[in-house]
Amino acid sequence: MKPAILAALLLTSALPTAAMAQDLGAPITEDGRVETTATDASAAQAEEGISFTVTDENAWSDIGIAIPAFATDRDRPTPANADGTGALGREVARVITANLRNNGLFKPVGPDSLPQPAFNQITAPAFSTWSGRSAEMLVHGYVRARDDGKLVVGCYLYDVALQDELVREGWVVGPADWRRAAHKCSDLIFSRLTGESPFFDSRIAYIAETGPKDRRVKRLAIMDSDGANHRFLTLGSATALTPRYSPDYSKILYLSYVDGNPRIYVYDIGTGKQTLVTENRNPTIAPRWSPDGRNILYSMAVAGNTDIYRVPATGGASVKLTDNPGIDVGGSYSPDGSKIVFESDRSGSQQCYVMNADGTNQKRISFFGGRCATPEWSPRGDQIAFTRIAGDFNIAVMNTGGGNMRVLTRGWQDEAPTWAPNGRIIQFFRTERNTGRSGIWQVDLTGQNERRLPTPVDASDPAWGPIRP
Amino acid sequence: MNKKFAIILLLASATTLAACAKKAPEVLPPPPAETTQPTPPAPQVQPTGPQVGSQAHFAAAVGSSTTIYFDTDRYNVDSQDAAALQAQAQYFARYPQVTFTIEGHADERGTREYNLALGERRATAAKNYLVSLGVDTNRISVVSYGKERPVALASNEGAWAQNRRAASVIIN
Repeated sequence: MKPAILAALLLTSALPTAAMAQDLGAPITEDGRVETTATDASAAQAEEGISFTVTDENAWSDIGIAIPAFATDRDRPTPANADGTGALGREVARVITANLRNNGLFKPVGPDSLPQPAFNQITAPAFSTWSGRSAEMLVHGYVRARDDGKLVVGCYLYDVALQDELVREGWVVGPADWRRAAHKCSDLIFSRLTGESPFFDSRIAYIAETGPKDRRVKRLAIMDSDGANHRFLTLGSATALTPRYSPDYSKILYLSYVDGNPRIYVYDIGTGKQTLVTENRNPTIAPRWSPDGRNILYSMAVAGNTDIYRVPATGGASVKLTDNPGIDVGGSYSPDGSKIVFESDRSGSQQCYVMNADGTNQKRISFFGGRCATPEWSPRGDQIAFTRIAGDFNIAVMNTGGGNMRVLTRGWQDEAPTWAPNGRIIQFFRTERNTGRSGIWQVDLTGQNERRLPTPVDASDPAWGPIRP
Repeated sequence: MNKKFAIILLLASATTLAACAKKAPEVLPPPPAETTQPTPPAPQVQPTGPQVGSQAHFAAAVGSSTTIYFDTDRYNVDSQDAAALQAQAQYFARYPQVTFTIEGHADERGTREYNLALGERRATAAKNYLVSLGVDTNRISVVSYGKERPVALASNEGAWAQNRRAASVIIN
């Protein structure tokens, strides 16, 4: 009796938050806003044209898109580019070109090998010039510096054969956010041509890794979806792991050993402060947000046994969702928040299970041989990505009932998938045999377009955030 | 029950004492000759090795038994582990002031979060065994490092076997 009371006290006694150690860098500024604006010309949008799905990929790989430098009404100085708005227009076109090239659907040609249109041609393209270059699609745009220092970026997509405008949009951004306008333009083009949801204007939280295999330094870091605007958030004195961006990008959940034990913290990006996800002496791992950002899943080991818990993001009492002598860990909500897919070794090896969000009706869904780990529900709701362990570690997808399993990658150790906001691309990390070096890769749902993301140092545990407003 | 443990531990302590009896000569010196003056007692021999309660002292006492090893995805204490944990229990019975941490680890061939849970399970299994041998549970902390802190760096079965471990560590 007495030991039981003592154990209960140990389990539930609160930790003194005031004494909490820190491993945090200087807080970063909160995101600037991107405001949509009317573009200058007035032609109606052409609703003709095309809509395919990206899974029909072979039909698309030949679509040539010309993306010449964005024009400027007059070359003005801007903090966004040392050489003024003219040079910035070229940079914007380069970012768009790289975005569209890197997903394997298009053949974009960028500003460095194209003539530069004049400002007045942005709304009246010289179609004969572009059809002669066998471009089927044409992107035009402009950059204008306002007197208040903000930038207006306009983006136009034309069908060269039809000699018609397909879509246009404009954005007002602060000079520091000029790349976001390029991503918004990329999203506009991608969505118009594929019928899919956008994903370029999004961010990734991940773990930056340096140092030898047995003394790896692991820091919390963030970057844009194309690897730009990279920032370290922690200093590296404590190992940081498994970050997750909140749905509104205001917070990051991650694991830190800053007090010597693995514990989940909620890092507030605006204030640069962090708090424990739950006041508890037990180790907490594997943090996840609910789709609406109101709840957090975490896994906690009590007397050596790990189960999954849910706690309100604003704090409060935790609810235990699994109660099993096996390891139950992770968890990923369906987009409507009604179900959770998680992994458990209750059957003897890691397999994937689905339960209701309140923990009821737990059912195994993976029965295809090998093991099923780190399941992540697609933002579209139709697929679950996971780490398939069958000899090597590979990224695979299945439908939500566990059927139609497809292996997408063939690395020695590919682990921990995370979905692009539109559910069409998956990032993961790949570890090299022996050296232990790691990098973030991405693959599309065909498995055919795989590439490594550029990161300043080795990288793991990517977590893709949603599309930014 | 407790009495039985106490006896076992006393015996164990005695064994440990005998095992590291560098200070006490095995053979008694010959009795002094009657004619000689009594000599002053020999100065107390100071231990030259590591301090009691340091990791080096613990390692010198139990050797490789500071660490136990596990099969892939397993966390049971086998007979070899049991022998190592018994050696540890003897040490901790002899030095009851010493507190320590059991670090649980996994090899790199597992997913990160599962390995953190697995390391916790392994360290807890070692802790529970030590507690069953009479070590006070409040002296033992447990921490899992999952696959984050390998000791063997290659990617092969031999290295992975060395990394699937629970290591008892005295942190001063």
